[in-house]
Amino acid sequence: MCGIVGLFLKEKRLYPKLGDLLSDMLITLSDRGPDSTGIAVYSAPSKGKIKLTVQSPKAKSDFSSLVAALKNGGIKASLETKNSHAVIKTGAKAKTIREFLAVNYPDIRVMGVGERVEIYKEVGLPKEVVGRFGIRGMSGSHAIGHTRMATESAVTTLGAHPFSTGDDQCLVHNGSLSNHNNLRRRLVREGMSFETYNDTEVAAAYLTAEMAKGKNLGDALKGALDALDGFFTFVVGTKSGFGVVRDPIACKPAVMAETGQYIAFGSEYRALVALPDIETARVWEPEPATVYFWDQKKAA
Amino acid sequence: MIVGLLFISSEILLMPTFDLASTSLRDLNRALHQIPDGANDLNFNVINPRGSHSVAVGVDKPIVVEIHGSVGYYCAGMNNGGIVTVHGSAGPGVAENMMSGSVFVEGDASQYAGATGRGGLLVVKGNAASRCGISMKGIDIVVHGDIGHMSAFMGQSGNLVALGGAGDALGDSIYEARLFVRGKVKSLGSDCVEKEMRREHIKILSKLLERGGVKGVKAEEFTRYGSARKLYNFHIDNAEAY
Repeated sequence: MCGIVGLFLKEKRLYPKLGDLLSDMLITLSDRGPDSTGIAVYSAPSKGKIKLTVQSPKAKSDFSSLVAALKNGGIKASLETKNSHAVIKTGAKAKTIREFLAVNYPDIRVMGVGERVEIYKEVGLPKEVVGRFGIRGMSGSHAIGHTRMATESAVTTLGAHPFSTGDDQCLVHNGSLSNHNNLRRRLVREGMSFETYNDTEVAAAYLTAEMAKGKNLGDALKGALDALDGFFTFVVGTKSGFGVVRDPIACKPAVMAETGQYIAFGSEYRALVALPDIETARVWEPEPATVYFWDQKKAA
Repeated sequence: MIVGLLFISSEILLMPTFDLASTSLRDLNRALHQIPDGANDLNFNVINPRGSHSVAVGVDKPIVVEIHGSVGYYCAGMNNGGIVTVHGSAGPGVAENMMSGSVFVEGDASQYAGATGRGGLLVVKGNAASRCGISMKGIDIVVHGDIGHMSAFMGQSGNLVALGGAGDALGDSIYEARLFVRGKVKSLGSDCVEKEMRREHIKILSKLLERGGVKGVKAEEFTRYGSARKLYNFHIDNAEAY
C-alpha cells in the first residue's frame, strides 16, 4: 500500500502552518503503511548557503564534534541537531562536505541537499516520527510525506522514502517496480551508486541520471513511464513545487484538491479532510501516464 | 449509538443519525445489519464520513441510507436491497459486488465502481475513474459523466451507460455486458466492438436513463458496444490476443 501526502501552498500566510497541516495529513494515512515515515519540507533559503540534511546511527557522538571538525578542516558551517538527523548550513560546496563526511564520519548519511529542502526519515509510525523531528513547527512553501508498507526491500532508515534525486529534489513512491534489478545494473554501469536494494531508490537514481544527461524533470518523468515497469504513483518534490505521475494502469490511488490557498495530494481523500475550505475545493484524480507539475513561480 | 437528529433544508427529518466523528464505523454498520423484520425505522443519516472506508457495507434489508459527505474505499459494498446515497464523492470500489438495491453517488466515483456487481443500480452523477464495472455480472451502472480506462473489463452481463466519453481499452475481453457510450471512446479493448442499436436496446437504455435520473437525453444519442465473441473459445489464430 503506502500512503503519500503532498501540500503546496499558494498563500504565504499559510507558510507557518505547513508542518502542522502536513503532519495531520500524514498521520491520517498511518494504516496505509506502518513501517517507516519520511518527510521533505521546503523552507526559506538562506542567501548564499546550502543545507545538507544528514543522519547518523551514532547521532549524539557524531553531531557533537562535527562543527569543530569541519572548522578544523577549513569548512565554515552551522549545525542544527534534530534527534537522529541534523541540518548543516554552509557556504561551502555540497561536494566538499560529502567528501569530508565520507572520510571523517563514515556513519553519517546525507539524506538530502539543497537551498530549501530538508529530508527527515526513520523507521516508525507517522505520529512518532513527526514528533521526533518537530515537523509540526516547521514553516515552508511545500512539503511531501510518505508512510511505507515495505514490499521490495528491508525496513530501515535508508529504505524509507523520500529518496533524494538531486539538489532540492526528492521522490516518494506508492507501488512496486518489477524491473528494478535490471535497471539498477544498467545504472551501475553508467556510474550511479546505490545504498539499498530498494526499488524506489532505482527510480530516483534513474531520474538523477536522466537529468545529468540534460533532461529537465518533466522529460525525465516522461522517460520513466517507458523505462520503469511496475506500479507507481510518484510524487516528486522540486525547489519550487511538486510533480505527480502515475503509471498507465494507475491502480495506485491518488486524489488531488485545489483551492485559492493550496494544492494538495493524498493517496486517499481521508488525508485531505482537515485542510481549510476542503468542502469547496476542486477535487479530482490525476490521469494515468500523465505528468503534472505545480510551480511556485507559476502559482504566484 | 443514535446521536441526534439532522436538520436538512427547512425540513426536520426524524431519522436516526450516525455522526462518524463520534461513532465508530463498526457501530454504524452493526446497526444497519440488525434491522428486525417489520421495523418501521428504515431511514438513516450518516454525517461526517470524512473519507471513511466501508461505510454501509453489507446492507441486506430495504433500508435508506443518506451519507452526507465523501467516503473512502468500498462504500455500500455487497449491497442487497438497500438504497444508499452518497452526497459527496466515493473512493475506490463503491457498490462493489452489489446484489440488488440502488447506490447513488452525487459527486465522482474513484476506480472500480460497481466491480463484480451481480444486480441493482449504481448511478454516478459525476465521473467514474478507471475500471468502472470491471467483471460486472448483472449490475446496471449509469454514469452521468465520463468513465476511465479499462471500464467493463471482462464484463459478463448487465448494462454500463456513460453520458460522457470512455477511456482506453473499453470492454476489454468482454463477455455479454452491454455498453452504451454517448461521447468519444478513446479506444476499444480486445474483442470489444461497436454494435447496432436495435429497438430492444433503445428500450432498455431509455428505461436505464430514466432510472438513473437523466433528463433531456435520448437513447438514440448513444453507441452500443459489446463482445465480438472471438475470445470465447481457444482459437489458434487468436493466440496473440490471449
